[in-house]
Amino acid sequence: MNESANKSNGNPEREIVIVIRKMHKWYGQFHVLKDINLNVERGEKIVICGPSGSGKSTLIRCINRLEEHQDGEIIVDGTELTNDLKNVELVRREVGMVFQHFNLFPHLTVLDNCTLAPIWVRKEPREEAEATAMEYLERVKIPDQANKFPGQLSGGQQQRVAIARSLCMKPRVMLFDEPTSALDPEMIKEVLDVMIELAKGGMTMLCVTHEMGFAKTVADRVIFMDEGEIIEQNKPHEFFDNPQHDRTKLFLSQILNH
Amino acid sequence: MEQSAYKPGEHPNLPPPSNTVGPIAWVRANLISSPTNIVLTVLSIWFLYEIIPATLEWAFMDAAFTGESRDECRAKAGGACWAFIGERFNLFTYGFYPADERWRIDLAFVLLCVALLPVLWDRCPFRKYGLYFACAFPFISGWLLLGGFGLMPVDTDEFGGFMLTLVIGVTGITFSLPIGIILALGRQSDMPIVRVFSIWFIEFFRGVPLITLLFVASTMLNYFLPTGTTFDLLLRVLIMVTLFASAYMAEVIRGGLQALPRGQYEAADSMGLKYWTSMRLIILPQALKISIPGIVNTFIGLYKDTTLVIIIGLLDPLGVGRSSLADTKWTGLSNEMYLFVAIFFFISCFGMSRYSLYLEKKLATGYER
Amino acid sequence: MAEVAVSPQRNAISRLWNDKESRSVIIQIITISLVFAFLAYIIHNAVVNLQAIGKGFSYNFLWQPSSYDINQHLIEYNSRSTHFRAMLVGILNTILVAICGIVLASIVGFVLGVLRLSKNWIVNRLAYCYIEYVRNVPVLLHILLVHGLIVHAFPVPRQAISIGDLTFMTNRGIFSPKPLYEPLFLVVVVLFLLGLAFMWWFRRYAQKVQDETGQHYPVFWIGLGAIVGVPLVSFFLLGSPITWDVPELKGFNFTGGMVVRPEFIALLLALSLYTAAFIGEIVRAGILGVYYGQTEASYALGINRGRSLSLVVIPQALRIIVPPLTSQYLNLMKNSSLAVAIGYMDIVATIGGISLNQTGREMECMIIVLALYLVMSLIISMIMNWYNKRIKLVER
Ligand SMILES: Nc1ncnc2c1ncn2[C@@H]1O[C@H](COP(=O)(O)OP(=O)(O)O)[C@@H](O)[C@H]1O
Ligand SMILES: [Mg+2]
Repeated sequence: MNESANKSNGNPEREIVIVIRKMHKWYGQFHVLKDINLNVERGEKIVICGPSGSGKSTLIRCINRLEEHQDGEIIVDGTELTNDLKNVELVRREVGMVFQHFNLFPHLTVLDNCTLAPIWVRKEPREEAEATAMEYLERVKIPDQANKFPGQLSGGQQQRVAIARSLCMKPRVMLFDEPTSALDPEMIKEVLDVMIELAKGGMTMLCVTHEMGFAKTVADRVIFMDEGEIIEQNKPHEFFDNPQHDRTKLFLSQILNH
Repeated sequence: MEQSAYKPGEHPNLPPPSNTVGPIAWVRANLISSPTNIVLTVLSIWFLYEIIPATLEWAFMDAAFTGESRDECRAKAGGACWAFIGERFNLFTYGFYPADERWRIDLAFVLLCVALLPVLWDRCPFRKYGLYFACAFPFISGWLLLGGFGLMPVDTDEFGGFMLTLVIGVTGITFSLPIGIILALGRQSDMPIVRVFSIWFIEFFRGVPLITLLFVASTMLNYFLPTGTTFDLLLRVLIMVTLFASAYMAEVIRGGLQALPRGQYEAADSMGLKYWTSMRLIILPQALKISIPGIVNTFIGLYKDTTLVIIIGLLDPLGVGRSSLADTKWTGLSNEMYLFVAIFFFISCFGMSRYSLYLEKKLATGYER
Repeated sequence: MAEVAVSPQRNAISRLWNDKESRSVIIQIITISLVFAFLAYIIHNAVVNLQAIGKGFSYNFLWQPSSYDINQHLIEYNSRSTHFRAMLVGILNTILVAICGIVLASIVGFVLGVLRLSKNWIVNRLAYCYIEYVRNVPVLLHILLVHGLIVHAFPVPRQAISIGDLTFMTNRGIFSPKPLYEPLFLVVVVLFLLGLAFMWWFRRYAQKVQDETGQHYPVFWIGLGAIVGVPLVSFFLLGSPITWDVPELKGFNFTGGMVVRPEFIALLLALSLYTAAFIGEIVRAGILGVYYGQTEASYALGINRGRSLSLVVIPQALRIIVPPLTSQYLNLMKNSSLAVAIGYMDIVATIGGISLNQTGREMECMIIVLALYLVMSLIISMIMNWYNKRIKLVER
């Protein structure tokens, strides 16, 4: 495998938060994820890209067990994901996730969306939870929308609320599944800005996205997936300037030259 | 990091591990995945074990299929006495229709099937002519059943059994749809008076039980007609059933009209179409398509409600069955009778609901393409 | 008409007809005249017909003795009571069976809906078969069948199925002991009411504590203890201050105790099991109708299955469920009029049945019956509409 990845993995000072070893997943007879091996260090920002249907979403959904894997192991923050529900709950508390379609709860206000999990899972007092929520809403620059309902916000605002909602659980890892692909172009930037801010703050991030500009500025490592395999992973400039594998070259030529 | 056995991009598709597929994995996932699940599975199996063998025993193994009376049946076997149904089968089917004229009912039934074919099947050959025939069918069958014009007249008192169910059901279904459409359009109208009358009509018929309407039909409708006119009871019932069903139909269709995006109305208006043209060509076809599940549900409800006529003395299958039970020869065989009638209704109603599911699926894909 | 519209020289009528405003006025005038003409015509006929047979239109008969018996009456009633009182008894009987039916149907229906969503294959299929069977067979048949089963399958009082010699199941109904309260029982009642009051206060207190400190109290269990546990314990500490009037077999039937009539049982069971099948499908559709991303999002936040159901899925599913549920409740209420088929004395069987036949006042009686059902429909609709408004989503 390529050097840079090995080097960063070999760094003894950095703690490894996510370990995926020889992981396979099937949907019925369909082999979606094949022999996935991946270590993620604390504070590392990883961008995952690849053609549609290559298993990117499935991979990151396995990390907080929205999907079950059938072979190999996934260890998040020292907890292995198995059928043990307690472990699953532990992991989900530490891992935040942002979806393509926001998935805000339409029957709750923005503020209640943000405080729901802290109150019911972390058992925080409401006042404290609300204070934290307002803090994060300020960080995503929409504190004035706190008492509105999600249906009253624009797509970009909704996605920023979704990010704030995840952050309210103070996660150690954030997963993003194409957070900007359901948004209009002028809204993409406001969401990416929030994500860049977050990255600067040192959050560990796994991000499925086709925003190559974001990958270049933020990512420590870019992973290319195709047909359920990790084909190639590298530092962003190496990855974009000097792709190794034919499929990577083809993919990059398709998304960069349009 | 672990080294893969394959080069990147060359990993073959492997079959899933054996413990996640196959019957054992299926049982594990679907029947015993958790303690609650195990309990539920055990309870269900116990329930089935209690019910199924006993029912089969009663209905088939230990049943008498021939015999002249209940006692003869009982002497042969302890289970069901199907001889009862056998002996009364004609009554269940034709009611008291004169035996020599029953071919007319058979013919009308065959014609019904012929008329339904082009309505239900959109790739039926000669569909256009078939549809014309379907429109003419109610009148042809009315003539066949009632007689006159060369056929021996038959009084509606002699209608009964499944034939009566079909007469009420088919008539109600045929006429409630157009009336329902008009009421729905009336309720959506810009004209306050038209709207108010439509709302009153719909809400009145939806607010009272059908049985009270049938009582009205049987006890007091004659008061509202000019003195001396008599009005056939079956006809009064048909009117009430139709009006009742059309109120429900109107609400279903109104749902469809409201579900249409505003743009469709605006597009139709902007093309300069007149009200009725735009309704006929643009709005209604789409609205009716959306409301098909609701329309079919209303049909099923109406069809089941035809049984209510026994309360005012008409003899549908349930009525025929109940009067047969009064015969000392067959008394006490209510389970057989109810089961038989239930199966008849189940087959027709389940068939209708399956058909609506099939249509729904077909139309849903029709929209995507 | 189209030709007229393009021609520049229009006559006055076509001008009126082609003007949007005036056309609408014309149509409405025509509609209103037709409707009133029709009403006038049938009312005229009715008056003429009634006169011809020498009947007036009057409600005086309501105050005459009814001279028939009603076996289930929630208020004092005997054959010397008036027709009006018979009607009240009928109304109460309809309301009783409708309310019990709605409660039972909701419970069974909710369970059915959840079973239909179960991952357990057998349970799922069983619920499916039940729902399809029940939905596709007329409710009247269910009513007659259940009634027949009770009357035929249950023994005569002399061979009653006895449950601990206290409750007897017979084809004439279920006879059970009737409680006779002693004064001390009042204490239990007071404790129960106090329990309710405590619960009301405690729920707010628990919410406050949770808001302030984040600590969660097991509100449900504490509530159960306060409302059920304490009164129960005190009941036994006070030496069970209730005596029971146990039904006894005298001659061919039981006397004493309480009796639930077979007609009521049959009607209640048939109506609620029938409606439950529809409610089951509604509940299932409601829960499935909540976008799956909602559950995933709550899981991703670390919220567990039960909480995500109660905090995220059910509040949204209710929004989908309530409107069709309302029409099922209305259907159940209206279907209760089929009581007349098995002789349960509801509105239709009393004022619309025996009273009507005895007095020959078809018009007056049917108007009362129709009006009563309309009012009840209106009340149920109003309650459910109010509830529906409360849970509506705010959209842009
Ligand atoms: N629930 C599912 N059942 C069966 N196949 C699925 C399911 N979800 C995804 N797939 C299939 O798995 C493959 C990978 O999907 P996904 O991870 O969503 O791809 P990506 O996010 O890279 O576009 C696709 O071919 C998709 O059709
Ligand atoms: Mg994806």
